[in-house]
Amino acid sequence: MIKLISVSKEYDNGVKALSDINLEISKGEFVFLVGSSGAGKSTLTKLILKEEEVSEGSIYLNELDITEVPNRRIPYIRRNVGVVFQDFRLLPNKTVYENVAFAMEIVGAHPKDIRRRVPMILSLVNLSRKASSFPDQLSGGEQQRVSIARSIINNPPVLIADEPTGNLDPETAWDIMRALVDINGRGTTIVMATHARDIVNSMKKRVITLENGRIIRDEQKGGYELEVPNTEKHI
Amino acid sequence: MNLKFRILKSIFKQGFQGMWRNRSMGVASVASISAVLVILGIILILILSINNFVMDTTTKFDEVQVFLENDIDDGIMTKIEKTAMKNKGVVSIIFESKDQALENFRKDWGEEAYLLDGLEKNNPLPNSYIIKVEEIKYAENVVNSLKGLDGVEKVQYDKEVIDKLLMIADYIRVGGIVIIGILVFVSVFIISNTIKLTVTSRRREINIMKYVGATNNYIRGPFIIEGVLFGLIGSIISIFIVYFGYEYFFKLVNEQFYSLFAVFLITPKMIFKDITFIFCAIGIGIGAVGSIVSMKRFLDV
Repeated sequence: MIKLISVSKEYDNGVKALSDINLEISKGEFVFLVGSSGAGKSTLTKLILKEEEVSEGSIYLNELDITEVPNRRIPYIRRNVGVVFQDFRLLPNKTVYENVAFAMEIVGAHPKDIRRRVPMILSLVNLSRKASSFPDQLSGGEQQRVSIARSIINNPPVLIADEPTGNLDPETAWDIMRALVDINGRGTTIVMATHARDIVNSMKKRVITLENGRIIRDEQKGGYELEVPNTEKHI
Repeated sequence: MNLKFRILKSIFKQGFQGMWRNRSMGVASVASISAVLVILGIILILILSINNFVMDTTTKFDEVQVFLENDIDDGIMTKIEKTAMKNKGVVSIIFESKDQALENFRKDWGEEAYLLDGLEKNNPLPNSYIIKVEEIKYAENVVNSLKGLDGVEKVQYDKEVIDKLLMIADYIRVGGIVIIGILVFVSVFIISNTIKLTVTSRRREINIMKYVGATNNYIRGPFIIEGVLFGLIGSIISIFIVYFGYEYFFKLVNEQFYSLFAVFLITPKMIFKDITFIFCAIGIGIGAVGSIVSMKRFLDV
């Protein structure tokens, strides 16, 4: 599903964010990406979204080498990768319903399909009653559920979540995790970058640990362990 | 085909929705577009009125007067008439006798006309032809063809006055174009800054759209439609302000000074169509160009 072959990334300012990453994630997997701040988690997700270009190596998404894809085709890659961020990134001037419908409208979906599918997905994330609210009228957990609904509305094979629980209290965070597990259970591959030790430890999923731009550990049913002592408090 | 149509339809929907939801931000764009167009309108009216006055005045000087020697016979007079008629652009030739000339003087002088009393018996004024030409530029040829002809004492037309007026008209036209050009340039600058402000505040929104997989055209479309709509609203507002403002001013001038100035002023009805067309074109153009230019930067993310 996702395959990285000796991927390196050096930013223009000389910072080497990733070096020689080799990684393969199969269809239907749920993978945690852990590591201290600056270890390269965000860079890795950005490369998969083609928000940044690799300096070296190739990234395959569904057999397609996305490093070879021209810029104007990027939107079409992103339609195959749902994405959820720590700060939700909802369109502030659109209602919950419109935010989710927007992702379908840009691909030119039939209005009938939109009217059928959006309420379905909203009920899946338990937001049917908030359909006509605007993002600033929702709690953090609700906003994140909207963003998840939006990310899966077009049935992408892959979902990238960059610290999706980072801004949420523990209880709400578990709500979000249940939603993600549910989505994973329907066959979507999920890659989740996170600092949430408790979540990683109790989920017993594959854990990839990054440090200084390298993979230092890759374990099935792993736990949250960083080699460098982590004094930061996370949920 | 169907897919493209649906995408286009949804772009329009997003554009109208965006305009409505961002109306508080749009007020700034609309206000600056209106302000610039109102100033443009005032200058336009000023220039058109001055131009109108100049052109109106030159048409009053579109005649050549040929003064005849005393006691010439009909043959010579016919010859003069024929020579004059041969010239291009001659509209009419009217014979003005000594007596008529004196009568005209009396009319012109009004209360002082008594000074002319007693001249009837020994009228010093010559007989003359008044030759009307279609346009002032034909006058010169007429004058040259008649000069030195038998029986012609003097040919006269107000060349200097006309030349000066035409020169003024030229200056005004060129000056007007320059001023309007500067104004349009300044307004594009002001408005693209206003739009840039709007777009900057919505940079995040653009970014999100890109993450969801919207193509650049899909993102650009609604913004351009928004810009065009704001431009259109701005121009409609300024059309109302300029038209009704000028109509009020025009009436005021007419009442205060009777028709003294009013003849020189262009009537509000005459400019309404032009102003509507020009303003709408400029408003829409600025709205669209402003959106495109100011978005360019953000789309290369």
